[in-house]
Amino acid sequence: MSHISPVLWQFLVKWMTDFSLFPPEASKIAPQMDALYFFMVLVSVIGLTIVILLVTTFSILYNKERHPVAVQIEGSTLLEATWTIIPLGLFLIMFVWGALIYFRVYNPPANSMNIYVVGKQWMWKAEHPGGQHEINALHVPTGRAIQLTLISQDVFHSFSIPAFRVKREAIPGRYTTVWFEPTVPGTYHLFCTQYCGTEHSHMIGEVVVLTPKDYQKWLDSSTSGMSLAQNGERLFASLSCAACHNTRPDARGPSLANVYGAKLALSSGGTVLADDAYLREAILNPSQHVTQGYAPIMPTYQGQVSEEGVISLVEYIKNLNSDYRIQQTTNTTDLLPEGEGKAVPAVTAPAKPGMVKQ
Amino acid sequence: MNFLSKENGILSWLLTGDHKRIAMLYLFSITFFFFIGGALAGLIRLELLTPQADLMATDTYNKVFTMHGVIMIFFFLVPSVPATIGNFLIPMMVGAKDLALPKINLLSWYLYMAAGILALYTMATGGVDTGWTFTTPLSTHYVNNNVLTTGLAVFIAGFSSIFTGLNFIVTIHKMRCPGMTWFKLPLFVWSNYAASILMVLGTPVLAITIVLIALERTTHIGVFDPANGGDPILFQHLFWFYSHPAVYIMILPGMGVVSEVISTFSRKRVFGYTAVAFSSVAIAIFGFFVWAHHMFIMGISNYSVIVFSLLTMLVAVPSAIKIFNWTFTLYKGSITFETPMLYAFGFMGLFTIGGMTGIFLGTSGTDIHLTETYFIVAHFHFVMVGGMLMAFLSGVHFWWPKMTGRMYPEKISQLAAVVTFIGFNFTFFPQFILGTLGMPRRYASYPPEFQVLNVFSTAGASILGVGYLLPVLYLTWSLKYGEIAGNNPWQATGLEWQTQSPPLTENFPVTPIMDHDVYDYEWLESQKAKEVASV
Amino acid sequence: MTTNGSKARKQKRLRVSDSTANPHGAPQAEGHAHHAHPPYLRHHFESVEQQADTTNFAMWLFLLTEIMFFGGLFTAYLIYRNWYYPAFVAASHQLNIFWGTLNTLLLISSSFTMAMGVWCAETRKQSGLVLCLILTFILGLGFLGIKTIEYSEKIEKHHVPGFHYSLNSFLNPDSDEAAKAAGDKPLPLDMARHTEVYFSLYFAMTGMHAVHMIIGIAILGFMIFRARAGAYTTGHVTFVENFGLYWHFVDIVWIFLFPLLYLISRHAN
Repeated sequence: MSHISPVLWQFLVKWMTDFSLFPPEASKIAPQMDALYFFMVLVSVIGLTIVILLVTTFSILYNKERHPVAVQIEGSTLLEATWTIIPLGLFLIMFVWGALIYFRVYNPPANSMNIYVVGKQWMWKAEHPGGQHEINALHVPTGRAIQLTLISQDVFHSFSIPAFRVKREAIPGRYTTVWFEPTVPGTYHLFCTQYCGTEHSHMIGEVVVLTPKDYQKWLDSSTSGMSLAQNGERLFASLSCAACHNTRPDARGPSLANVYGAKLALSSGGTVLADDAYLREAILNPSQHVTQGYAPIMPTYQGQVSEEGVISLVEYIKNLNSDYRIQQTTNTTDLLPEGEGKAVPAVTAPAKPGMVKQ
Repeated sequence: MNFLSKENGILSWLLTGDHKRIAMLYLFSITFFFFIGGALAGLIRLELLTPQADLMATDTYNKVFTMHGVIMIFFFLVPSVPATIGNFLIPMMVGAKDLALPKINLLSWYLYMAAGILALYTMATGGVDTGWTFTTPLSTHYVNNNVLTTGLAVFIAGFSSIFTGLNFIVTIHKMRCPGMTWFKLPLFVWSNYAASILMVLGTPVLAITIVLIALERTTHIGVFDPANGGDPILFQHLFWFYSHPAVYIMILPGMGVVSEVISTFSRKRVFGYTAVAFSSVAIAIFGFFVWAHHMFIMGISNYSVIVFSLLTMLVAVPSAIKIFNWTFTLYKGSITFETPMLYAFGFMGLFTIGGMTGIFLGTSGTDIHLTETYFIVAHFHFVMVGGMLMAFLSGVHFWWPKMTGRMYPEKISQLAAVVTFIGFNFTFFPQFILGTLGMPRRYASYPPEFQVLNVFSTAGASILGVGYLLPVLYLTWSLKYGEIAGNNPWQATGLEWQTQSPPLTENFPVTPIMDHDVYDYEWLESQKAKEVASV
Repeated sequence: MTTNGSKARKQKRLRVSDSTANPHGAPQAEGHAHHAHPPYLRHHFESVEQQADTTNFAMWLFLLTEIMFFGGLFTAYLIYRNWYYPAFVAASHQLNIFWGTLNTLLLISSSFTMAMGVWCAETRKQSGLVLCLILTFILGLGFLGIKTIEYSEKIEKHHVPGFHYSLNSFLNPDSDEAAKAAGDKPLPLDMARHTEVYFSLYFAMTGMHAVHMIIGIAILGFMIFRARAGAYTTGHVTFVENFGLYWHFVDIVWIFLFPLLYLISRHAN
């Protein structure tokens, strides 16, 4: 053994022990995607084998020594049709199968738990609704559908978890979403896969999948005290949103109770589904998203609130399930009449267990 | 007396209108840029020997892979076959004395050189680290270096490409000799015609995109900046609208070479000539409608994804047709295995793999997992290096006797072809596995369990480098010491082979008349018989 | 074409050589007595007809590339106008209809004079050709002059994106003559910010158009000199014809730019 250089030995050891050819399958969609992948590998291997066999056979049989005179053949419509239709048919099968998987990956089920992820040069920040913040890490439970709502604070990034077979671009200026359901506890790679500048290779992290019991333990131990919705409530007050968006009959803005998920009629004539993207746009570019019946007087908050702040506000609005809830917000803060000046939060409401809507 | 010996002196080369001299000028400059791009590739592979980013600063690494991409794509792959072999041969193949616009042809070379010098200047003054894809807002607002000079270099190189394509289309339409109908054109002409359509229609969109980036960088207007109401996805659409057809610009001329080589070395007309000709045009047309398959995970609507995925499946079919047509050209042929044929076989195998892996990526479901990883890197290197570069080498060897009047040394060139093939597979096949494992592109460091495959890849790259150096050496050697080639050392049927090697400046002493079919080996036999009889 | 002895030979040395430079072996000054073809026929063409046909086709193809080039800008314009229509309306009202219409008339007239010039070349009327080219030149310069007036007005009002861009005219339309005359209402701040996108496209599109005009005018200047020397009225009209195509193309681009940029929602209030 002393004759083999340590470097080479290390390499050989690693080859024997730390060498994988395929990523682990740790989500519900992973085996489904792998099935399609292996089908494609099979078709490719068969196709390649056919071509290689034909080329080799012809090269041997029709070698110049063996076959000195070539036979001039124009072509064969039958053969052309065959090798047009069969590949086309196979490609179309793959297309349909792939499209089904694609739709499955990007259409989250209604009961998925939402985690916000903000990418910025060069780190990932995950915000759980309960207020847990993670940097370059993501803790998730098995057996639950988890939706990620992604956005970037600067350039394009891409959130990739190979073990789950999911990946989604984080774009500046709008939300993108993806969902998965983890199945196997463990720690898996998290990569940024869209080149984003100098430290792109180091924008990596860990996805930790825990059993539901362990996940609950983790949640309890890592809470920072304020959930996203609570933070949003604070912002809602400090930015004077309640000056117009309150429950008074003469309110200048629509009440936001139960607005999330509703179909809104816009003053420009169309209707729109009030989802996360709409709420974000309504905060940052309000003049294009005015609800019917209201004047276009809402000022833009672009530049006054960060992406994390917007996330908190959106989360707060999502959980506004009653007018009473809105009154709680306005009652915990002192507002000067007619919304002059900024509101002064009199008391930050203590954490109430029932506040986050389940 | 031939085009090389006709006039001497540096000015006769720098002010030439002769398409053959311009082709030689391009051949030298392209080879130069290829080795610069190759050296950069070597640096990338050296860095990736170890999991840590320890060979160079990550900043430097980012600049290295960016310049590798820019130089290889714009200064090697796009002009490779068209500007060298195409320039030399298309007028001869259609029976003309020169291209339609010789001065534009020379201008095209000067633009290429100006762009190349600008690219070198960029490298010398610190490089650029946006990736060759110049994604906004990274390239417009977040990097501090030579985006503008690189953009300008690409812009100018784009015009070089447009002028070459324009020249080809006009020549093929308007300067065919008597008797040369469209369906008597060699398939090399059809492929270059299709590629020229893409050059002419696609490249201007890249040009305007670069203009918009330049404006956004200098004046901070918000065309692509979300903070100012712009949309960075618009950049993606505009960029890929050119850059996808660009890959067909790169591969179609190579496919043309393969058609000619396989036909000649099986001594048979290409099986299904019409199908292959129409496939080339179909690839060009469909190629314009698939660009958003580079954007499947970027948040475009699910329905756009479906449309573009379906169209991508359609564009793959003509390429498959061609592979089978070439295979069946071998059927009942009379096959020999000279170097051009070896490279053509290499093309067929490697392009099939590369093309099939394109299907993996065009299928939206699997693209989610595989995009932005080393799977993509492996895919495009298989089609571009395993495919296009092999076709280029095949063509250079095939037409070397015609261009220089000398034969290259057969044994060592066959060895180089085999070495290249082996080195290539070692370098890039492990990258498919790395991609499936999830290793992202453009990473200077990676998790340690990916090291073994990366080491294989780098080892392969060193073999590949040898395979590329050898031709430069022996081809240069052959200029002085190679066996004198006659008019038609391969007994091929094209018009270019019916005249002297190297050709006259005006190509043919008398304007040819195309009174026989294309790939007409029987006609060739009758010509030989006539010669023998007349002695 | 005058070719005289040593001067011609010296000029020949630096000209890009033909693919068939001197195929006859005899010095050029002897004038191809044994070939019945005009001196302007390049030797890689079989006939004058083929040369004219080919170069004409080449120019049409080049114009097609120009369409693709401008196409990217038009695409961006279409998308942003669709998204930010109120901003585009308000910003468009900042452009001066009088100058825009005058420019359109100037360009259309210049296309007319150019077409007349082509006719003069074809019918060998040298003085007519020179006059038409000069008129086209002047009309082109007039267009650029008006553009300069318009651009300086934009600079004064701080409507140049990226250079102290001011939203004042859109937030307080009463403070601005053009906005007041158009009866504009004040825009909300976020929509007012989008007027900057309109102006970026305005400068990119009219600027790119102006670059093409400048190139065209420069070539016109060259052509006027050559026309006075009789170069285009001895049967060799392809240069004039092909330039005419280019000039008409630049005109057509403007005919699209004018309504898209100047005439958004200009109906009387």
